[in-house]
Amino acid sequence: MRDLSLHILDLAENSVRARASLVRIGVSVDESKLIALTIADDGCGMDAELLARVMSPFGTTRTTRKVGMGIPLMAQNARLTGGDIAIESQVGTGTTFTATLHADSIDCLPLGDLAGTVVSLVTANPEGPDFLLQCSSPKGEMTFDTREVRQALGGVSLNEPEVAAWMLEAIREELEPIFGGVIL
Amino acid sequence: MKSMAELEAIRQRTLQRINLRKEDDNENIRVVVGMATCGIAAGARPVMMAFMDEINKRTLSKVTVSQTGCIGMCRLEPMVDVYLPGKEKVTYVHMTPEKVGRVVAEHIVNGRPVTEYTIGAAEDK
Repeated sequence: MRDLSLHILDLAENSVRARASLVRIGVSVDESKLIALTIADDGCGMDAELLARVMSPFGTTRTTRKVGMGIPLMAQNARLTGGDIAIESQVGTGTTFTATLHADSIDCLPLGDLAGTVVSLVTANPEGPDFLLQCSSPKGEMTFDTREVRQALGGVSLNEPEVAAWMLEAIREELEPIFGGVIL
Repeated sequence: MKSMAELEAIRQRTLQRINLRKEDDNENIRVVVGMATCGIAAGARPVMMAFMDEINKRTLSKVTVSQTGCIGMCRLEPMVDVYLPGKEKVTYVHMTPEKVGRVVAEHIVNGRPVTEYTIGAAEDK
């Protein structure tokens, strides 16, 4: 993956497939330039046996082939910076994925287009789940909640191109002052 | 600052367009982008965004963009399927945002697939 936003997109797709109704995506950077990524869902969750398997590139729930690279790739990129990943999961309750990365490391990927990640998740899954983006840095914080957009649209689908364009701009506008010059 | 009031205006405009769409449901065109790990790593997200952007610019009301998982030909990603009503599915491979303009103009608007971008052309090489 070329940037962190693509990892987030890839991992959030796991939450979609776990039939979540709300997926929380968190990106925060603290004063020491430690990045914390969180993808937390209320989907079907995993038991201990599956949880152990998804950490390996040779673990997947798919039946079409034997590899699943999403989590191992993210783990590799986190560890290259001196960070790590953790997954907490409970069957029936959901899964919380966290990754920490040191932004100061030369191996740390750039954040990339986080707005593009959220909008492609929403447009590809207009019926849900909903997504809650929460970002913070020493410069400020923002949240973007697709439940609010869904309510404002009153029945109009979230994958209408004009809605997607609006969301893209709305999120980008709020992210710039928070991450601009920090990790963007 | 983007406001919720703008969403209301979008809602009104979209509702009018949707009414047009409903009149002839079997005219709808579907664009499906492969969005598994392989697709994302190969650049599927900018391709999908380019389709949304192009469809928005041309206000094509009968086109929907959606996604699918990995279909097992990871080396050909990013892949995009285009379904025109009554026609066979066309699969584009190694897609880029730059190729999207031609696919929309020639295939989606005018009904002529861009043969050189299709899986058939890639397999012949």
